Amino acid sequence: MDMQKPILELKNIKKEYYGNKVLKGVSLDIYPGEIHCLVGENGAGKSTLMNILFGMSVIHETGGFEGEFIIEGKPAVIKTPNDALENGIGMVHQEFMLIPGFTIAENIKLNREPLKNNALSRVFGKSMKSLDTEKMKSDAKESLMKLGMDIDEQTIVKGLPVGYMQFVEIAREIDKKGVKVLVFDEPTAVLTESEADKLLEAMKHLAAEGIGILFITHRLDEVMAVSKRITVIRDGNHIQTMNTCDTDVVKIAELMVGRKVEKIERKVNASSDEDIMEIKNLKVSMPGELVKGVSFSIKKGEILGIGGLAGQGKIGIANGIMGVYKARGEVTFEGKPIKLNDPQASMSAGLSFVSEDRRGVGLLLGMSIEENMVVPSIYNFKKYLKKFLIFTQKDTKAIRENALKYIDMLDIRCTGPTQPVMRLSGGNQQKVCIARALTLEPKIIFVSEPTRGIDIGAKKIVLETLIKLNEEYGMTVVITSSELAELRSVCDRIAIISEGKLSGILSAEASDSEFGLLMSGINKKGDE
Amino acid sequence: MVKSYIEKIGLPRVIIIVFLLLLILAAFLQGQNMSMLTTDVLVRFGMNGILTLAMVPAILCGTGLNFGIAVGIIAGLVSGIWSIDLGLTGLTGIMFAICVSVPFSVVFGYLYGKLLNAVKGSEMVVGTYVGYSVVSLMCIGWLVLPFKSPTLVWPIAKAGLRNTITLDGYYEKIFNNFLSFQIGSVTIPTGLLLVFALACFIMFIFSRTKTGIAMKAVGDNNMYAVAAGINVNKMRMLGTIISTVLSAVGIIVYAQAFGFYQLYQAPLNMAFMPVAAVLLGGASTNKVKISHVVIGTLLFQALITIALPVANQIAPEGGLAEVSRLIVSNGIILYALTQSGGKK
Ligand SMILES: Nc1ncnc2c1ncn2[C@@H]1O[C@H](COP(=O)(O)OP(=O)(O)OP(=O)(O)O)[C@@H](O)[C@H]1O
Ligand SMILES: [Mg+2]
Repeated sequence: MDMQKPILELKNIKKEYYGNKVLKGVSLDIYPGEIHCLVGENGAGKSTLMNILFGMSVIHETGGFEGEFIIEGKPAVIKTPNDALENGIGMVHQEFMLIPGFTIAENIKLNREPLKNNALSRVFGKSMKSLDTEKMKSDAKESLMKLGMDIDEQTIVKGLPVGYMQFVEIAREIDKKGVKVLVFDEPTAVLTESEADKLLEAMKHLAAEGIGILFITHRLDEVMAVSKRITVIRDGNHIQTMNTCDTDVVKIAELMVGRKVEKIERKVNASSDEDIMEIKNLKVSMPGELVKGVSFSIKKGEILGIGGLAGQGKIGIANGIMGVYKARGEVTFEGKPIKLNDPQASMSAGLSFVSEDRRGVGLLLGMSIEENMVVPSIYNFKKYLKKFLIFTQKDTKAIRENALKYIDMLDIRCTGPTQPVMRLSGGNQQKVCIARALTLEPKIIFVSEPTRGIDIGAKKIVLETLIKLNEEYGMTVVITSSELAELRSVCDRIAIISEGKLSGILSAEASDSEFGLLMSGINKKGDE
Repeated sequence: MVKSYIEKIGLPRVIIIVFLLLLILAAFLQGQNMSMLTTDVLVRFGMNGILTLAMVPAILCGTGLNFGIAVGIIAGLVSGIWSIDLGLTGLTGIMFAICVSVPFSVVFGYLYGKLLNAVKGSEMVVGTYVGYSVVSLMCIGWLVLPFKSPTLVWPIAKAGLRNTITLDGYYEKIFNNFLSFQIGSVTIPTGLLLVFALACFIMFIFSRTKTGIAMKAVGDNNMYAVAAGINVNKMRMLGTIISTVLSAVGIIVYAQAFGFYQLYQAPLNMAFMPVAAVLLGGASTNKVKISHVVIGTLLFQALITIALPVANQIAPEGGLAEVSRLIVSNGIILYALTQSGGKK
């Protein structure tokens, strides 16, 4: 294999969305067998660059791009994802591109289904061939195995936990033969640490086979662990491309943000001894994240973490309490029972929720930033409304003020409060979800994977906002996260969920080995 | 510059507008009576407007384009016929028809909404079938409804309603003529346009109420709505009912301008025109604004009104008139349907 010649070169790429310059001349090249990391803040233009690379329609519907595109030394024109595939470019998207109603195997093989001959096809030719379902299943199984994923390939994708969907996406790309460049847009954002490690292993393995990998992530330790070179972009500008061995996390972070990033610190512990919520024998039937009966209580004013491996049920708890998925059991809040399976009842009691599935549950993609923030408040509390004799009207001014407040507080990068959220970068969409939950002015807020897909600077803003609300207004915060390190940096106590049950609750200062033990579910046997 | 302008308006609309301009030019060169054509466009715009508006609540609440507006149309027709049977004329007559059509269409819309809630995901297909079935069933209904007035029933059999029922002497053109005036030789149907504007205004106000906003959220993202505590089925039901009521009122307004109530098979394909109009206006199956309704109805009706005489002059043989009418109107509808993805 020729290590001297890049497989793919992008030169001086520029892109404008509706007059908004989002890429201002970025260059990038990838050599065979190299893992090249692309890092930058939310909205820096990473996904846009990848969309260009993959010929996504959103680019060409909005006026195309400028710059040169060279594959194996020859200029290439890529206008559709199909062109990209033919040129050997595969992509794992940040937002899933799966068909919910199809099985895993069907999704993996979509558009590339293996065919076999039948009576009709012998007469009428290829388009009459029938699907070779056996081959489809075995191919899919093989790709899934490569990723170390043990799941029935006949499962319907709809309702799978996000972590699984990510692996299905990756399996689909690995399954394609003749792939020369694989693009991963924040694949690890939805994975737990152990899953992410597994994926990084798989990536190294693919690179060793001579595939060039372009890897986007906000987790800088991953960057250091796998990449050979790093390209930093900021606000659409190419800042620097460097060798990983010549740099370190702090330097990259500085280049990304353009200033020093400090560690998050907690000053006070605002929790009291009083319980604000008691959960008894909660069972939630959320596919892939079953909760099989957990009981614990949440103290008023604390920041509680819920951790555990993917698929063990930690995600299901908040979803069950908030009525998004079917739940049974008893939940009392401030001494009063909460009606389950009724989101309105939960919200009226003063609960609020940021879902881990921001596109599926968290956002009204077609509506504006400001509307996204206020819909639940309008519906459940009749806020942001003006009353007339027999009807109500939305209070445009109050809605605008609220949006501006949170855009400022969470540093949401947008062209203004009326921009449709569809057009925000992934991380900024996440901030809109958080703003919506805060707009309800809850007494207790459940946030699932709050920092998924947001850059280190933004992560600090989001976590500090939660801490500030907790410290200044005594808001109780429950954070569900796959990142144990993050939980330990902000929480007072951390509950670990394993196999749908509570393994135990530890203080944030507990040792790594104690956490490790609970995560693997070993303690539980002792309880019974 | 030009590019970003086209982007804003949307390519399909640019194409339609260019086509329309060409037609107008052709009509002008052929020496067509331009003021009469303008009058016609205005009238057809006003009389079809509310039917197009009926698409809005359906799209907002997430059931997509309402191909089943025949359900509402039937409710409107029954009420209209009743007003004539009672011998009511003028404003009393049409107001009676409109007022009675509301409870009728609420009941019909409720049943239709129940059905749509049971078939989530294929509302548009089911809507089309429902429209066809209801029209077919009513073919029997029109024969057995106990109306007696000689204007209504077949004179010889003394039972069963006629195909077309004239509004002459009842409330033909009552809205069109209200405050109407002339600019040159163009007649402005002021009352008709006012009625349409009023309906749009009410819809606009509704879309900004608590319920309206919740409905929009349901249409945009079901799961978001569920998590926000919004009763999804209730909103879909409400959207369907409002859409049905609008189509009932819409057909009465349509009929007063047209001069006839048309029964039996006539409502069969009524859904396609408003669907095409709203799509041309820039709506998609899950996103719509009132402006799409206004622009779409104007463009669509202008196209049909002007294309026909132009085509007839090019191919004047008698039989071809009907053929070209079909080709033009169905062609435009087809084009609009291919654009149903709308502007992203
Ligand atoms: N479809 C679109 N229409 C208009 N603007 C868009 C669109 N998609 C993205 N943008 C804008 O382009 C900029 C870059 O977005 P992009 O998604 O590339 O960021 P990113 O670097 O991937 O960020 P993140 O880390 O949050 O995913 C943002 O300012 C965003 O608002
Ligand atoms: Mg991105």
